[in-house]
Amino acid sequence: MTTNFLLSGFGGQGILFAGKQLAKTGMDTGLNVSWLPSYGPEMRGGAANCSVIISDKEIGSPIVTTPDVLVALNLPSFLKFESAIKAGGTLISDSAMIPEKSARTDINAYYIPATKMASENGLDGLANVIILGYLLKITKIFDYEMFLDHMIKGIPPHKAALIDKNRVALSLGYNYNE
Amino acid sequence: MSGKVLMKGNEALAEAAIRNGCIHFFGYPITPQTELAEYMAKRLPKVGGLCLQAESEIAAINMVLGAAASGVRAMTSSSSPGISLKSEGISYMVGSDLPCLICNVQRGGPGLGGIQPSQQDYYQATKANGHGDLHLFVVAPASVQEMVTLVGRAFDVADTYRTPAMILADGALGQMMEPVDFDTALAGKREVPEKTWATCGHEGKRKKNIINSLFINPDELEKSVLEREERYKLIEKNEVLWEEYLVDDADIVIVSYGISARICKSAIEMARAEGIKVGMIRPITLWPYPKAALAKAANTASKFLVVELNMGQMVDDVKVAIDCRRPVSFFGRTGGMLPTADDVLAEIRKLNGGKQ
Repeated sequence: MTTNFLLSGFGGQGILFAGKQLAKTGMDTGLNVSWLPSYGPEMRGGAANCSVIISDKEIGSPIVTTPDVLVALNLPSFLKFESAIKAGGTLISDSAMIPEKSARTDINAYYIPATKMASENGLDGLANVIILGYLLKITKIFDYEMFLDHMIKGIPPHKAALIDKNRVALSLGYNYNE
Repeated sequence: MSGKVLMKGNEALAEAAIRNGCIHFFGYPITPQTELAEYMAKRLPKVGGLCLQAESEIAAINMVLGAAASGVRAMTSSSSPGISLKSEGISYMVGSDLPCLICNVQRGGPGLGGIQPSQQDYYQATKANGHGDLHLFVVAPASVQEMVTLVGRAFDVADTYRTPAMILADGALGQMMEPVDFDTALAGKREVPEKTWATCGHEGKRKKNIINSLFINPDELEKSVLEREERYKLIEKNEVLWEEYLVDDADIVIVSYGISARICKSAIEMARAEGIKVGMIRPITLWPYPKAALAKAANTASKFLVVELNMGQMVDDVKVAIDCRRPVSFFGRTGGMLPTADDVLAEIRKLNGGKQ
């Protein structure tokens, strides 16, 4: 089983971090993983994206062009990649940032106002983690508690103050009902 | 660090170099290689080493020359335009018979080009990384794990044959993260000859060593070139590395290296599912080139397809290796564009006569 993720948004929305959490948890559970970021000027406010592949087989090309799961955190990402989602695939869209809805009938589209939820709950900058929580619920790719545990372990000591906020953000996303 | 860690190719390569005893790094920043130098800057002071950001690429390679002359394992890294600047120093190191490791995390060219992954420096790396009769030992990793395992091999070959070695990577391998097992960094470690030639101070206890690439007398220069050529022959005999993937029954053999080879592997899986008999030879050393493996494959395969992120720089090497006995076609993207596995699959289908 191979799952191709494409996570996309503005630089600074935490796309690369979110992708890394998925890859890291995949690796820790004994799966093959790859994480490939876009790099260069898009890191400074442009459209940043990252390809994450999680597989029980050897990973060939690390570039995800037709994702099983697209996470879109801004409108340019939605417009650029929504049509590329594999038939039967999944779209997770931050509806606080993206007014559009997918017209496709061959994908499962989910909408969560993650950025709004973050600011309403004093979790500015953690829309990415809210989305991750929602992604866990939808895709069931990893056990929630295990993922939380791995994510918290990955937070460096000098950012320990963020542990609780991340825990709350992940839970908010996981328990969101559209 | 035990077990697997998730790391960027650039950082993993740097860590592997340190574990292989290289604690002298000289560089100058350039995307998409900079994390390598950054990692060295963080780590080397803690292990008693030296990381120096030079004023230019030219200065950096000449510092490597000086450090290598003193007998230490020394390294520099850059990306395509920066490697061009280092060419003079690389040639001087060859002329001085000095081992070192040069890492090229390739980006699009020519000129300042772009910053996305490419393999446009194949000719430069394998044919002319400087003036004179010279070769570098050139290895092309295809995964972050290989960025680690090939570093030790490159240093060992460099020290054994007194030659600069090059790791020819690309922006994708440098930037991507994959699980890495550092226990393998020292697997296959060899005994290398003592550097009795090093200019490291002798307190009057031996005859002085001289490191030099200037031989005004043509007799002497020819002798030095011929002696080096003997070492090149040994490298060609002993140090060729390649991977074969489903070649035995293959009608079409893809020849591809580095990140392109991974895209091809995905395409081959898809083609095999359609019943197309396709396999791959992945050169791991680009110099010396795996000529014998290709020649052998030409006995059974009917067609070859070269896939690279350039305009076909390796095609001639394949033609020479198989003595033009089979048609060799080419597919590639360039300038920082990457083909998809579907693009390669389409080429495989075409070669298969449009049959699926």
